[in-house]
Amino acid sequence: MSEVAIASRIPLDDYAALLGAGEIDELRVLAKPLKGRSMQMINSTAVGGGVAEILIRLLPLAEELGLNMRWDVMTGGDDFYGVTKSFHNALHGAPYHADPKDFEIFLACNQQNLARLPLDAEFMIIHDPQPAALIEGRKKNGNHWAWRCHIDLSHPNRQVWDFLEKYVARYDASMFSSPEFARELPIPQYLFYPAIDPLSEKNRDLEPELVTQTLARYQIDPLRPILTQISRFDRLKDPVGVIRAYRIVKRYFDCQLVLAGGSASDDPEGAEVLKEVQQEANGEADIHILELPAWAPLEVNALQRASTIVIQKSLREGFGLTVSEALWKKKPVVASAVGGIPVQIIHKHTGLLAHSVEGTAYQIRFLLSHPEIATKLGENGHEHVKENFLITQKLKRYLTLYLAMAHTK
Amino acid sequence: MNTAETPFEFFTVAYLTRIGNQSAGTPAELLKGLQQSSDASIFHHTFQTLSSHHFLTEGFSNDFAQWAHADANREDLAEQLAALDVRDYLSIAALRTDLCRVVQEYCAANPAFAEQTALERFYFCESSEVTLPVGLAARTLEEFRTGIEHLSHASFYFHFISSRLRLQLQTNDFSHWLADGLGLGTLADSVNHIDIYTNTLDSARAKVLRLIDRERRRG
Repeated sequence: MSEVAIASRIPLDDYAALLGAGEIDELRVLAKPLKGRSMQMINSTAVGGGVAEILIRLLPLAEELGLNMRWDVMTGGDDFYGVTKSFHNALHGAPYHADPKDFEIFLACNQQNLARLPLDAEFMIIHDPQPAALIEGRKKNGNHWAWRCHIDLSHPNRQVWDFLEKYVARYDASMFSSPEFARELPIPQYLFYPAIDPLSEKNRDLEPELVTQTLARYQIDPLRPILTQISRFDRLKDPVGVIRAYRIVKRYFDCQLVLAGGSASDDPEGAEVLKEVQQEANGEADIHILELPAWAPLEVNALQRASTIVIQKSLREGFGLTVSEALWKKKPVVASAVGGIPVQIIHKHTGLLAHSVEGTAYQIRFLLSHPEIATKLGENGHEHVKENFLITQKLKRYLTLYLAMAHTK
Repeated sequence: MNTAETPFEFFTVAYLTRIGNQSAGTPAELLKGLQQSSDASIFHHTFQTLSSHHFLTEGFSNDFAQWAHADANREDLAEQLAALDVRDYLSIAALRTDLCRVVQEYCAANPAFAEQTALERFYFCESSEVTLPVGLAARTLEEFRTGIEHLSHASFYFHFISSRLRLQLQTNDFSHWLADGLGLGTLADSVNHIDIYTNTLDSARAKVLRLIDRERRRG
């Protein structure tokens, strides 16, 4: 079976308590003309990764609205996933020279899934490059197809993009997380943001004791300022740069740094980066390098809530949902102006942007000196997330897209 | 209590943001983009952005001003662009003319800065609109109050802010109906004077409700 079964139910009224009844009523108004019409999402994995994380929360909400939405996962062998991982990195701009055989493997797997998957819903959403060639299965009666690209295509490998573009151009619409990621295409390109769920373990309100216990477990002092970056140990997240910025700040403020990310044990590159980070930290007691389990939502939640300032000093970024997570918790954020971060951080309104180690340190010092401004940025950031980056808004965008696509035919 | 012959029908609006093919890296390129972009793009970066950033009540006016401030680091240009008030415009063409005039005058007076590259590019986008009736109508002030109380942000924005372009009048849907439908001209004026730049949508709605309550107490 390819269909992903969603077990949990999320009552819409739980969201009304956070967002207001008017916002939920509006979802019902948008859903009404779509009742009885079929919708299908297809991606390449049922667990792990941002897309699956969003769909797991999105489908129960659609069901609550009485919508007929299903989610199917394509299947493929190690050779296919090896090729698509290379494609993924190449589309992000990494050097890569594709072998013609790679394209054959990609297309053969899409053909096998064409035969296996039902592709007859009125509204088809295909996520990311892996299943992009499923458009070959479009029925002649013309259902609506849209391609949702979650990756940064601003500097793609030409060879891989030229190959994919032939398929993408056959969709009715495409969606990107930032205007910067879009390409010149003959189809409409829409801005679709990733989203967080305010009721998930990672974002729901926490009992203060849980936050206190988490700090105690990692021997973090709750009485001194805590600067935190949550991200995997990856050079593109610049954890070494974060330590350097912290060291500048430390000259002026007695603060602590928390660098927390998923375990690097099964990722050779991650393990290497972790070693570099530990070397840079040089055993300094106030630098806490935490290897969290791959899925540790409550700990991430607690660490974010305990933070004085949250940092996201990425060198490149897809969207950077950790920024939205921190803003939802009303935390002041200092982040790099890369990828989708400037969409979340409106400079001086919902956080502060920086472009260097020194700039990051300066903005942190500024906020530590002006806690009232930090508080205001956090509050504005919370409202910005509420308005734009919650799962309910994500569903609203999909419903609007379906209505718009239905109207154009 | 007055009963209107024509009921006020509440609608909601949902927007998709369509990414355009134009972008600007300098004030001079911004001017070119302002001259060439679609009406839907000017609407998106001025009227629509006011809705999606309504919670910012200090120093945020429109996307062009924010870019000049945060990315191009041209405070003087930002100030001029931010000073444009969408309530003064009954057409996108008139708003575009003034946006272009501000940037053109700035570029002419500061030719060196006109070509200076900003930290980040400005990407022109457009709003695609879907409107639907909420299924709620009002014939009396009381029903009208109940309707407003339960509206989403998008619906309140649709009737209170973007309606000016639809009506081609310096008023909004609420004031228009209060005056024409219920004959409450003074209340209509008071509602129309609520400042949409220094209020969030929630606080503007609270003011509308307070004004209605005051009128009901009088009546």
